[in-house]
Amino acid sequence: MAQKKLLKGGHVVDPATGRVGAFDVLIDGDRIAEVGKNLNANGAQVITLPSSVVVCPGFIDMHVHLREPGQEHKETVATGAAAAVAGGFTAVACMPNTRPVNDNAGVTKLILQKAAEAGLARVYPIGAVSRGQKGEELADIAELRDAGCVAVTDDGLPVATAILARRALEYTSMFDMPMIEHCEDQTLKADGCAHEGPVAAWLGLKGIPGVAEAITAGRDILLAEMTGGHVHIAHMSAWTTMEAVRQGKSRGAKVTCEVCPHHFTLTDDLLAAPIAYDTNAKMNPPLREARDRDAMIAGIVDGTVDVIATDHAPHHYDEKNVEFDRAPFGIVGLETAVSITIDKLVHTGLIGLPRMVELMSVNPARILRVAGGSLAPGAPADITILAPDLPVTIDRAKLISKSKNTPYHGWSFKGGVAGTIVGGKVVYSNPAVGVI
Amino acid sequence: MDVAQQAPAAPPLTALRTKHLLGIADLSAEEIVLVLETAEAMKEVGQRTIKKVPTLRGRTVINLFFEPSTRTRTSFEIAEKRLSADTLNVAIASSSVVKGETLVDTAMNLEAMSPSMIVLRHASSGACHLLARICKAGIVNAGDGMHEHPTQALLDAFTIRERKGRIAGLKIAIVGDLLHSRVLRSNVLLLTKLGAEVWVCAPRTLIPVGMKQMGVRVTTRVEEAVRDADVIMMLRIQLERMQGAYFPSQREYFTTFGMTEARVVLAKPDVIIMHPGPINRGVEIASEVADGKASVILDQVANGVAVRMAVLYLLAGGAAESADGAEKTS
Amino acid sequence: MPVVMDAERISRALTRISHEILEHNRGLGDLALVGVRSRGVPIAQRLADDIKKITDTDVAVGALDITLYRDDLMGASVGVAPMVRKTEIPFSIDGRTIILVDDVLYTGRTTRAALDALTDFGRPTSIQLVVLVDRGHRELPIKADYVGKNVPTSRRESVQVRLRELDGVDEVLLQGKE
Repeated sequence: MAQKKLLKGGHVVDPATGRVGAFDVLIDGDRIAEVGKNLNANGAQVITLPSSVVVCPGFIDMHVHLREPGQEHKETVATGAAAAVAGGFTAVACMPNTRPVNDNAGVTKLILQKAAEAGLARVYPIGAVSRGQKGEELADIAELRDAGCVAVTDDGLPVATAILARRALEYTSMFDMPMIEHCEDQTLKADGCAHEGPVAAWLGLKGIPGVAEAITAGRDILLAEMTGGHVHIAHMSAWTTMEAVRQGKSRGAKVTCEVCPHHFTLTDDLLAAPIAYDTNAKMNPPLREARDRDAMIAGIVDGTVDVIATDHAPHHYDEKNVEFDRAPFGIVGLETAVSITIDKLVHTGLIGLPRMVELMSVNPARILRVAGGSLAPGAPADITILAPDLPVTIDRAKLISKSKNTPYHGWSFKGGVAGTIVGGKVVYSNPAVGVI
Repeated sequence: MDVAQQAPAAPPLTALRTKHLLGIADLSAEEIVLVLETAEAMKEVGQRTIKKVPTLRGRTVINLFFEPSTRTRTSFEIAEKRLSADTLNVAIASSSVVKGETLVDTAMNLEAMSPSMIVLRHASSGACHLLARICKAGIVNAGDGMHEHPTQALLDAFTIRERKGRIAGLKIAIVGDLLHSRVLRSNVLLLTKLGAEVWVCAPRTLIPVGMKQMGVRVTTRVEEAVRDADVIMMLRIQLERMQGAYFPSQREYFTTFGMTEARVVLAKPDVIIMHPGPINRGVEIASEVADGKASVILDQVANGVAVRMAVLYLLAGGAAESADGAEKTS
Repeated sequence: MPVVMDAERISRALTRISHEILEHNRGLGDLALVGVRSRGVPIAQRLADDIKKITDTDVAVGALDITLYRDDLMGASVGVAPMVRKTEIPFSIDGRTIILVDDVLYTGRTTRAALDALTDFGRPTSIQLVVLVDRGHRELPIKADYVGKNVPTSRRESVQVRLRELDGVDEVLLQGKE
């Protein structure tokens, strides 16, 4: 029997339908039934929300590493899905660099099955561009598509050659799928482990220059223009890349892009202090200089950036507790993204809540061609409920993710998640807020 | 005279603030001078018949070297023994690393033997900082990756002071592979802190980003670097660190950047030539220059023991400052 | 702070001690003076000058730094750590009578350290000890052979020796602590 719920009294922010303000949301089963003023309960379970709380279409993190199959000591689909809903995400798209690589229907179906068993956030698998992510031949992209993949990438690496990238863009355009690209010229990267700049020079760390990212982005944007395919630039970090994307968009290329919270808040100074050689500040692409961070913010504000995603990359403590150059790249991000974004972008007045919802819900849904991004009647009842004034202090011991590798331990933010609803079911309720 | 009401002048520094020496970056100019002055007394110990004092008796010092090194390790070992410490040399061949034992595990196993200090040389920058976070022992950096080699810079400074009487105001030229050199970074930090005019010189491909921000003059012309220099410091071309097109050949490097007699005469007549060793004869330095009258390369080696004795003594706890500053008399 | 010895008293005490040294050692023999840094050194030099005035003979003077031999350095808090300086004994001490010279004798530990240091330099025939002030409270079985002045003190007090070569003035002060 379908259950009805009525969310009453919250502040709705739904840019897709233009509704911003005090609205009630009626859920019927797993769908949105109606959104309006002063709706009648009619037997629905009424959840009364304070007006300070924000109700928006469910957030979708389109760049997450769930590590299953193969590296379950870092994270599993289940623990990742739990971390996602605690972070306010109703859906995640997970990367194919698992072991084995997700270049076949078998792995894709395993991921979907695990997600269904967990019953928390929706999981959209992303398949590999090349077989084994080796950069030689295309993977069976149609098979991946049929099994449930929403995009393809060789993330962790760029697509190895221009010719393969061209083929991948032509091929994926047949299915209207984006090719997601980790932009990084491998010869310029060499064995670098930090941003090439004065900080790395003085710490004696081999550097990766910002242009390594821009060079591959430039290549792919031109190929997307030429082929009509869609390239989505993952985790942008360099100001030169932002320039390339801006120019590509102005010429009408099908390019979209995402930025991670750490790239619009942190710089490479973090490698030197307060903890010298902190491996929790090591990820790829690396933290760069103030000019790059400011360029990311400018792109978010002026609309060049389409998506905020986390590149959630869990690693076990033992793997990170080694010499800086030997530590794996990556930090977790599912449970910190919302607080960072509200505190550093919304409360500072750089963007409004509608723009935040575009970046974290509307655009990811559009780019991945999945349902969501709006609270229109008939849309799935995936809802993110925010408490924008909640004081939050990050404590890595309290993270739900299996891994705790975050540089934000001890940081305080204003803004957090009150609750998360997926398919009409409350899958997360924050006890510190206690409204749902 | 009412001593109780006299505000005491800040007493001269006689101890280091921490129990680790991770880099020159953490030392103030005052602390650097303290090490150098203490090293003078330590040098005198090395000139006695019985080259031993009981200061670190009963203390265990472990030399944990992940990179091969005869010179630095021997220097530390002699320094430790002259202070009567019990020394233990642990040389990790690269095969152990391949076997999978991590730096952290190795260090924790050694900690179980309660060493006072661990002298660490490792191929990764920041390895000493990692150990300092997890070990109780004091950590002495004997060279971490491309980051710092603080005792080398200290013995270089000691040698310069010995020959020139001072460091402030001298023109010091450092020539060689700047990009990969930890000796460079430590020396630049130390010499600028003590007021020298530092010039660095290398092919463009071997100059690290942000060099100018560290208060040095940068040039790709070796003649410009050594003109009227008081000190010329050569760095090795680290053939084992380099893969990839930094310069076309050793021959071309020597022609353009090698320290030859013809270049040495551009410096001051009483210039001293330094090199941390081991020397690549005919690559960064001509044999005649390395063995010539102006060369103090062997003095550097000799001074290394005294400087390391001073470092170990000051870190092992010359004694904490007490609040009332009173001196316990005999 | 009470002055327990002024410049004149110090001078008379040292003159007396130099006569005593000559008397006990039946002349100079193979005598050498070694001052314990820091203030033992100018005192040793003054004794050498006095002896020169009396006998018209030069006596060898050396300076001994005992910092590295102290038993109270490592770990325990001793107040401001002393600066390590060079030892300068430009003569062999084998077979000689060494007169060790220090400013204050208190617990005896400095003297013990000095004895250890000296024996690392060679084997003297004998070692005798001169102190300007003996303040009591020995912790080791050490006694001075020649004493400028006995100054009874409590443990809470401290004796400050100032010498013109290092401090610009000659005086011995007794400082009481609150």
